[in-house]
Amino acid sequence: MAEEKFDVIVVGAGPSGNACAYTLATRGLKVLQLERGEYPGSKNVQGAILYSDALEKLIPDFREDAPLERHIIEQRIWMMDDRSYCGAHYRSEDFNEEKPNRYTIIRAPFDKWFSKKVVAAGALVICETTVTELVRDAHDAVIGVRTDRDDSIIYADVVVLAEGVSGLVGTRAGLRSIPKPDTVALAVKEMHFMPSETIAARFNLQDDEGVVIETAGTITKGMTGTGFIYTNKECLSIGIGCLISDFTETSQTPYGLLEAFKNHPAVKPLLAGSEVKEYAAHMIPEGGYKAIPQLFGNGWVIVGDAGQFVNAVHREGSNLAMTTGRIAAETIFDLKSHGQPMTAGNLSMYKARLDDSFVMKDLKKYKNLPRTLENKHLFTTYPRLLSNAAQTYFRVDGVDKKSKENAIVKSFFTTRRVKGLLGDVLGMARAWR
Amino acid sequence: MHIVVCVKQVPDSGQIRVHPVTNTIMRQGVPTIINPYDLFSLEEALRLRDKHGGEVTVVTMGPPMADQALRKCLTFGADRAVLLTDRFFAGSDTLATSYALGQLIEKVSATWGAPDIIFCGKQTIDGDTAQVGPGIAKRLNLLQLTYVQKIEDFDFDKKEITVHRRAEGGIQVLKTKLPCLVTMLEGTNEMRRGTMADALRAARAGIITWSAADAGITNLALCGLKGSPTIVKKVFAPPARAEKAFQIEVADKSYEDICDALLGEVYKRQPALEQDMVKMAPGY
Repeated sequence: MAEEKFDVIVVGAGPSGNACAYTLATRGLKVLQLERGEYPGSKNVQGAILYSDALEKLIPDFREDAPLERHIIEQRIWMMDDRSYCGAHYRSEDFNEEKPNRYTIIRAPFDKWFSKKVVAAGALVICETTVTELVRDAHDAVIGVRTDRDDSIIYADVVVLAEGVSGLVGTRAGLRSIPKPDTVALAVKEMHFMPSETIAARFNLQDDEGVVIETAGTITKGMTGTGFIYTNKECLSIGIGCLISDFTETSQTPYGLLEAFKNHPAVKPLLAGSEVKEYAAHMIPEGGYKAIPQLFGNGWVIVGDAGQFVNAVHREGSNLAMTTGRIAAETIFDLKSHGQPMTAGNLSMYKARLDDSFVMKDLKKYKNLPRTLENKHLFTTYPRLLSNAAQTYFRVDGVDKKSKENAIVKSFFTTRRVKGLLGDVLGMARAWR
Repeated sequence: MHIVVCVKQVPDSGQIRVHPVTNTIMRQGVPTIINPYDLFSLEEALRLRDKHGGEVTVVTMGPPMADQALRKCLTFGADRAVLLTDRFFAGSDTLATSYALGQLIEKVSATWGAPDIIFCGKQTIDGDTAQVGPGIAKRLNLLQLTYVQKIEDFDFDKKEITVHRRAEGGIQVLKTKLPCLVTMLEGTNEMRRGTMADALRAARAGIITWSAADAGITNLALCGLKGSPTIVKKVFAPPARAEKAFQIEVADKSYEDICDALLGEVYKRQPALEQDMVKMAPGY
């Protein structure tokens, strides 16, 4: 074939790749996007919640035609033990706004929609094509890619690796190492279908209003992880995930956790009568700031999950993906329009701009949190203590309130001791500040 | 050489379910694929083109979203793709479909040259009639070779094709003159992976989209529901069979015991067979 050269090749058609390709194509660059799945979104899995802000910066009027499920008006956080949950709920009419801040989405249709925007913007999108290797010149600069279709090389000034959490192409090219088991979570989820009226009744909702429930506690059997329940239009997404290193150590199974979570007495009634039509599993990069690999080099940059851009504490990922994709694209466009080559030195501007954005600031804020969350007491001891405390307090049984309060305080000290309690509190405080 | 391949975008039957109460097919949310039999035709067409030169034109009739199927055909290496789409075609049975496709192929012939071969799949996996291919041949007054499992020889200079046709009771080896229409069986070849050049070309190519008027189809009474005398009286799921499969325990048993157990179950159902087998035994 005649050798083809593009300004940019984007590897992957998830949120980061789409954001990048879209930004570049709307600015008139010659963009090729390669996706290994049958269609954009076919390989992608998320809870999923869409944070409007990151997408609004790309497509301000996305609400007009994007396939959105429900806008979120209520957030519930549950600390669970085997029989109870103790939680905080926040619901506000303010979230019923003209341009809601968060939506639940289903990724397969959403990604298809996003990809159509990318194509309409002028990028060339080719699916069912896996990038097998990065091609380099004599000076080790990346100059193009090879695919699994044939031996031909497609050239580009810069290759954007938006290839997702496993980062196979970057790893194979020696740009990064394989993500470590304690920096990646494995999450499983199911889609439980039921009529929208049933969802409205069970969650106290009207029209397109939605609820998200984030949970932690004994549901992860002492492993570092969380569970979630999201309301879509006609189904609930329910899932649970833990660090891969924990699964390996404990020999627990993801589906075992999910079954137990679904059968928790507080969860089971929410799912009653539903029909499971889809299930999925995916890895989530949760290593945080310290696990971020080198993000740029001669002729390449890394965006999205491939760069470990997930804020595990706040359950944010797709917005970080879109933002890193957009900032990478803006950097590439600025260099290109000033006639600058795509060298590591020039592309370092991408990292500098990320450092200036909420992406790096947030990840940096929680840089010590992954280590702190390895404290197993957070997932077993404290949920139980909390539940017992609440029950002692709320049960009316002739015991005076002062004695109850003393008993609660005592239960914390006898279970974790002063030193343990102080250590846990200080650890959390230090990780959070 | 010019080869025309007819394809259809169909629901992935592996993912279709029948509604337990109404017995209607639940198409909602079922992904679409290219009718698998059509892929065997397309691959055969591409092989002939690669060997003898020329062009492969893929055609389909369907809703606008059928352009996805055509784009995929281009990715496999087809040279051009034409979509015939118009609300007049909605509800077509095999008679109306073969009329519309016949007219479409006439227009394709007038535009890019008369085809030497027209390929169809044996049948589609959603209708299973195997009528459209022969219907097109009849309307275009072409010779037809159906249920072809192998193209034995293709002589473009003599304009002759020799094929193996699967028939009841054996294989027929048939030779015929071009032009003709061929319907391909499953498993005749393996669809290629299109090259990167094909993929790039397909991503850039526009799908040629024709309305009924664009294709020169004026007699709309022969199209769509109007042109379809077929009436679906009833759709039903076949009842589950009464006899159930079961397993014979083999652990810790000798081969002789296993054979005895197996034959015992067969004889129980076919008593006459046992008599015959006994007669065949040596020394009887």
